[in-house]
Amino acid sequence: MSGSPMPVQRRIYNLGPASRIPLGEGKVYEVAGRALAVFRTRQGMLHATQAACPHRGGPLADGVLGNGLVVCPLHGFKFELSTGSPVGNDCRALETYRVELTGGGDMLLFLDEP
Amino acid sequence: MTQRLVVVGNGMAGARFVEDLLARGGGKRYRISIFGDEPYGNYNRILLSSVLAGSHDAEDIFINPLAWYEANGVKLHAGVRAAAIDTERKVVRGANGIDERYDKLVLATGSGPFVPPIAGLWNQAGAFKEGAFVFRTLEDCNAIGQASERSRKAVVVGGGLLGLEAARGLLERGLEVHVVHLMDHLMELQLDAKGGAILQRTLEGMGLHIHLNKSTQEVLGSPRVTGLRFEDGSALDCDLLVIAAGIRPNVALAREAGLLVERGIVVGDDLATPGDPDIHALGECAQHRGRTYGLVAPLWEQAQVLADRLSGRDPRAQYAGSKVSTKLKVMGVELAVMGTRERSGADEEIAYEDASRGIYKKLILRERRLVGSILLGDASAAPNLFQAFDREAEITADPAALLFPAAAEAKPRSVLDAPDSLQICNCNGVSKSAIVQAARRGCRSLKAVCEATRAGTGCGTCRRDVQALLEGTLGQGGTAEDPSVHYYVPGVPLAKPDLIRAVKELGLHSVSSVFHALAEGKEDPASKPGLASLLKTVWGKDYEDERDARFINDRVHANIQRDGTFSVIPRIYGGVTTPAELRRIADVAERHQAKMVKITGGQRIDLLGIPKEKLPEVWRDLGMPSGHAYTKAFRTCKTCVGTDFCRYGVGDSTSLGIAIERRFQGIESPHKMKLATAGCPRNCSEATTKDLGAVAIEGGHWEVHVGGAAGSRVRKGDVLCVVESHEEVLRFMGRFMQYYREHAKYLERTYDFVERVGIDKLKAVLVKDEEGIAARLDAEIQAAVDAYQDPWEEAHHPVHPQQFARALEPSRENEPAAELAEASS
Repeated sequence: MSGSPMPVQRRIYNLGPASRIPLGEGKVYEVAGRALAVFRTRQGMLHATQAACPHRGGPLADGVLGNGLVVCPLHGFKFELSTGSPVGNDCRALETYRVELTGGGDMLLFLDEP
Repeated sequence: MTQRLVVVGNGMAGARFVEDLLARGGGKRYRISIFGDEPYGNYNRILLSSVLAGSHDAEDIFINPLAWYEANGVKLHAGVRAAAIDTERKVVRGANGIDERYDKLVLATGSGPFVPPIAGLWNQAGAFKEGAFVFRTLEDCNAIGQASERSRKAVVVGGGLLGLEAARGLLERGLEVHVVHLMDHLMELQLDAKGGAILQRTLEGMGLHIHLNKSTQEVLGSPRVTGLRFEDGSALDCDLLVIAAGIRPNVALAREAGLLVERGIVVGDDLATPGDPDIHALGECAQHRGRTYGLVAPLWEQAQVLADRLSGRDPRAQYAGSKVSTKLKVMGVELAVMGTRERSGADEEIAYEDASRGIYKKLILRERRLVGSILLGDASAAPNLFQAFDREAEITADPAALLFPAAAEAKPRSVLDAPDSLQICNCNGVSKSAIVQAARRGCRSLKAVCEATRAGTGCGTCRRDVQALLEGTLGQGGTAEDPSVHYYVPGVPLAKPDLIRAVKELGLHSVSSVFHALAEGKEDPASKPGLASLLKTVWGKDYEDERDARFINDRVHANIQRDGTFSVIPRIYGGVTTPAELRRIADVAERHQAKMVKITGGQRIDLLGIPKEKLPEVWRDLGMPSGHAYTKAFRTCKTCVGTDFCRYGVGDSTSLGIAIERRFQGIESPHKMKLATAGCPRNCSEATTKDLGAVAIEGGHWEVHVGGAAGSRVRKGDVLCVVESHEEVLRFMGRFMQYYREHAKYLERTYDFVERVGIDKLKAVLVKDEEGIAARLDAEIQAAVDAYQDPWEEAHHPVHPQQFARALEPSRENEPAAELAEASS
């Protein structure tokens, strides 16, 4: 892309074992003063997004998952877990974060700070 | 092996058939190509007059734009007329020289305008004179619209439906409009003479000039139309002429191909031509059992039958002809017609007319069965009459009553007449114009509109209005039936009885196994809670509980609030408490800083603003069972003070209410159940507007009411039975609950369920035990009662260490795990 590269500081946090999140559910993590929702799908995929729904601030980590989507528990707004894109609504997209599983079963969260 | 399917005709019949075929998986079986005479996708011809009137833009009436064909792998020869069919070589040749080979051929060539041989209508080049038009296609419609801008006075030849619709369009464009009709009354195909006269009077009131018994002899003027001369010697000047004298099936192509053609292309009950089973015809061009049809409803039926046959879903599907009934608007005047127009022999006729209001209604009965009806100016009785007509039901009551639906049934003022800004969905704030726009943008089913606008996704009360707007916007032929409305949940394509059968046969004990076995592994999040509820009802304690299938309320047994905190409502049986219990609740509220303490409508106490992680502690401190005020289950039973204290009470409603609540607490169901008991017919506890209610009446009896509502809708419950004892009230309530659990759709409240099934059926099954299932229902509900566990026990034994965790933190020992600075790419 055009423009000079922006220097970023990348911090990697160990969120502990994936089993802390029940299968098919999400949990809120507080990392570096930020609240994130981390999801573990039934297929074993991990995703991290901002914790609050952009619509009315609903707790996305309490939403029902399926088909790669999370459904906000307050008003049923849907978002794609991998991209944060809204589905069937015109909210702005969710912030998403990279999260990976280590060989030992721990979750690593990648946070970029400008 | 894919076969080649060629469809000739891209109108309402051809395109609808292709849609139906694709919906049945026909896209895998066939490579489909379509010849379409007109250079665009498929549009709703019924709405052409609205385009002419200027109330719709041309692009609003497209059903399938060109992109649709591409997206569905259908090859459309747009603007290419099929010129010839070679039935020996199985080839259709397009007018542009393109050949398409076929294994199966479907002719849907529709019909064209009938133009009577009027002298002077054509110029020497063989074309219509300037200013003269037919009214059949979008192109005609655009041409008339353009010409109307330069015209002042229009004549429409033809006083049938099409002619009057053209007249309406021109009238709304501000022209002086005359309708010239050959017959002695308007719309003689649909109306009798009386109805025609009343319609005429109404239309004349709108400013239309109508001339009956006029045979047009000559078109005057050259090169432009300047007027008409009639057989009776009279004349009428005009500068715009529209010929709308009827339609004729387009059969030339079929006839030249050597197929059997009479009035239309002859087909059998298999919709195939008698001489060649690979060639089919449907729509206005087809003649079945001696009849051709000019309305959309028969065409839809034909499209479904042919799609069933050719897709292989039901290769033996038969079309047995359609009973013709239709509801339409003629220049905004409601009209519903069915069956015969005139009585014959010993037929009984009942008619009502109110000419000053433009209303005319007529029924024709043959051996007490409805064989024909006309409703003009007020079609509110149409739904009942269509039903009686279709089912050929014997009419036992006073038939005149059929003409006047009871005031309660009469439809309120139509939403179609409401201003655009009217809010239709009061839960999500969706206006009429947003819904209409979504429909015009291509949302053709109720589900699609609701998903696009969010209308109807709250309490659901407005869905009928949304449906009405959808039909009003797209017209009779434009809406699509959405098969998923019959599914129990949207993500598994089965109705509830089929789903239950499959679940039992395949032994599916968990929600994820249902998705695996029945939905190709696609895990629809919106379907999870409904499946969880169903599986719990089917398997009871053998249900394999996957907590992620539950809505958050059911994961933590409390009701989520707008700020993400929860409300805690402990159970207070029958609303009867003690000072000690109140004191304990007060202490807990203070200790945990409940943000609000509220007396609920269900006679209990709500502690609001409790954070998730504090729920177990609050429950432990309360030492009371869950009130289930967060889930689709038995909620509460309101009571009045009954006989112990009330000076009017005739039955002990208080101890009955407590017994009901102790027995049925936590019973899960398709939607919540709110109950009440009243100690006398004064109904202080509002038992007659509850999902289930018991009302004591004089003489030691109890009325058991079911299907009452006082929520987004208000409905008085129906009396299921009258019994003598508390035990019997409990038995019939339990039996009803079990039947509701087994037969209702997910999120269908009892009041919708009771209306759908009908109280007579419920009485027959639950009280008279006509199906012999009462004992089984009683046993099943008893098993559910026996399996009850207080979910708040999870305060002591959480199902997962993090069940109530609010927020987690990264592991302390290695935080952050690594730190590095990079440049982003």
